[in-house]
Amino acid sequence: MVTPVVAPVAAAGAFHLLWLVIAFPLAGAAFVLVGGVLAPRVVNAVGRHVAVLMALCSFAVSVVLVVADANRASGQRQVVQHVYDWIDTAHLHVGMDLLYDPLSALFLLLVTGVGSLIHIYSLGYMAHDERRTRFFGYLNLFVAAMLMLVLSENYLGLFLGWEGVGLASYLLIGFWQHKPTAAAAAKKAFVMNRVGDMGLSLAIALCFTTFGSTSFTVISHHTATTGSDRLTALGLLLLLGACGKSAQVPLQAWLLDAMEGPTPVSALIHAATMVTAGVYLIVRSNFVFSLAPDARTAVVVVAMVTIFWGAILGCAKDDIKKVLAGSTMSQIGYMMLGAGLGPVGYVFAIFHLLTHGAFKANMFLGAGSVMHGMDDDVDMRHYGALRKALPVTFATFCFGYLAIIGFPGFSGFWSKDKIIDAAFGQHWYLGALAVLAAGITSFYMTRLMLMTWFAGRRWRDGVHPHESPAVMTGPLVVLAALSAAGGLLLAGDWIVHWLAPVVGQAPETSGGLASWEVSVITVVVVALGILAAWLAVGRRPVPAVAPAKVAWPIAAARQDLYGDAINEIFVVEPGRQLTAALLAIDKGGVDVVMTGGPAAVGAYGGVLRSLQNGFVRSYALSVFGGALVLVLVLLVVNWR
Amino acid sequence: MHTVTPYLALSTILFTIGAVGVLIRRNAIVVFMCVELMLNAANLALVSFSNLHGNLDGQVAAFFVMVVAAAEVVVGLAIIMTIFRSRRSASVDDASVLKW
Repeated sequence: MVTPVVAPVAAAGAFHLLWLVIAFPLAGAAFVLVGGVLAPRVVNAVGRHVAVLMALCSFAVSVVLVVADANRASGQRQVVQHVYDWIDTAHLHVGMDLLYDPLSALFLLLVTGVGSLIHIYSLGYMAHDERRTRFFGYLNLFVAAMLMLVLSENYLGLFLGWEGVGLASYLLIGFWQHKPTAAAAAKKAFVMNRVGDMGLSLAIALCFTTFGSTSFTVISHHTATTGSDRLTALGLLLLLGACGKSAQVPLQAWLLDAMEGPTPVSALIHAATMVTAGVYLIVRSNFVFSLAPDARTAVVVVAMVTIFWGAILGCAKDDIKKVLAGSTMSQIGYMMLGAGLGPVGYVFAIFHLLTHGAFKANMFLGAGSVMHGMDDDVDMRHYGALRKALPVTFATFCFGYLAIIGFPGFSGFWSKDKIIDAAFGQHWYLGALAVLAAGITSFYMTRLMLMTWFAGRRWRDGVHPHESPAVMTGPLVVLAALSAAGGLLLAGDWIVHWLAPVVGQAPETSGGLASWEVSVITVVVVALGILAAWLAVGRRPVPAVAPAKVAWPIAAARQDLYGDAINEIFVVEPGRQLTAALLAIDKGGVDVVMTGGPAAVGAYGGVLRSLQNGFVRSYALSVFGGALVLVLVLLVVNWR
Repeated sequence: MHTVTPYLALSTILFTIGAVGVLIRRNAIVVFMCVELMLNAANLALVSFSNLHGNLDGQVAAFFVMVVAAAEVVVGLAIIMTIFRSRRSASVDDASVLKW
């Protein structure tokens, strides 16, 4: 098959509004964050409502655009809007260009749609936080940066958004900065993301040197005639960037700690949108990866390791948000797997990304609702039998649960099955591993369900679980509906045709198993996972305190599979040794040379200055003594 | 023995008394008088040599010294008085803070 190129037409009609999608939330962020300094009383009163309104406006524009785009012919659906010249030098031209194509259209709907729902939810969730206005400013900043990421027509603009979401993520993870754990988690996320960003910035530099441009249009026209070594290097660097942002092994350790942030942040940034930016990057760069099979192999390996890494973490954690975070890591692994499979998988990576964005945001917000009712307790061992106390949250959570385990008919069933199907088409063992991971997924999600909603109540004293206000349950209901109905995107292969201008039409899979066989196998394995969870958790009371004596895999998983220890041994400690060595060289070598001269002069001056004792008579004595010496010298010199 | 020898001897004695006084006395007024003594010893020597050589150069120089000494008295006494007012002491050893 021929890799499609990016060949956009100039913006016309409704597409002149494209820049507004970014401008609305950016203006909201500026209003809240800058205005909060200039006119704090006004902003404290209306700031959060303005922020919600800006997110909704952005969503409205996105809907208008997608309708306008759908009415165009398939070949006319890529639109570019030139906003202004960003960098304009002799050899380097980078425009602030926005690219609207079927891929960014889907992301626009996801980011602004889920983003708006989470803004609304946060009105309730953050109602009692005295710094809530600033929170909404950061949320708007995040949405603006994320939209910049998915709308840019070149890698440099994408990088701008990439760093912007990193900044917003840092600010929001550390939003409760009075907690040392939150401050540390924010720093950890920021530093680990820098490692990935280094890969992305090197990739951009490689684009400059190879293609003389960072524009998707230019690069996609030239990759077919570029050497495969270059493309493989480019693909691996992009993968490094994607690993950092999407919490893939080996840069996965920050995601679980990032759960220190407020729950809406976990839902928006660390489940639905930002962490999926790595998948977007790879699918967007399909014109590179389609021609670099070695880089795709690396993507598949990383994805497969991460699927299991996240799933195993999810099985052992007792913190409800960390279970969901491990699950997010694992599900993004599925998306990366889809993207790594190449043209047969790009579409389904994005499809799973969209359905996951809905059902995982739903479950995170549901977890937030539970925490809201449980005095911010996140330990599932303190939950139990909450289905009566929080009926709406329970009902919506069930939709998310059924979607993620892939219950037939729910959105996750369609999207995950397609990826597993594509994996079977590549190699049978890839498919088998993906199916096994689906079983583990159903195990840990069932465990979460049983510990939270069923089993006996293990509430702490003084905790009175209650249902959340309508402003919080409303978004849950919407997201639950999307979790259930997300599979409709696949009806009539709509999403495949929709994304065809970007990623091309996938070739018919040959060999492997038939689709229905894959579905049956997956459903059976998922059912086995549920059964295993019931045997392990459901049939006997859950201990209110985590058992200390457990088998070694559980102990390892509780320690994040020693991710921190690995970083400590292989990165932190060598780094510390290096800085210690550099410091010793600086102190023992450079400093001695540089300060030795001045120190000698200073010591000499110290001796001389004791002569300046302030006693005028001693000065007089030195004057007389000097005169006497002078006279004697004259006598000696003139002696005949 | 020349006719000016006694004058030069007197000049030497006066200068020595002045120099020793400057070095050993603490009272600023006395130190100041000793400085005057040294200046006048120098004047005496100048005048003596002027007489010996039979021209007026030395006497002119002596006049200059007197003028400078008069100016010096004005400034010096003013300083001593100011120090005395602020510190209730005329000892030169007490005014020793002006150092490194």
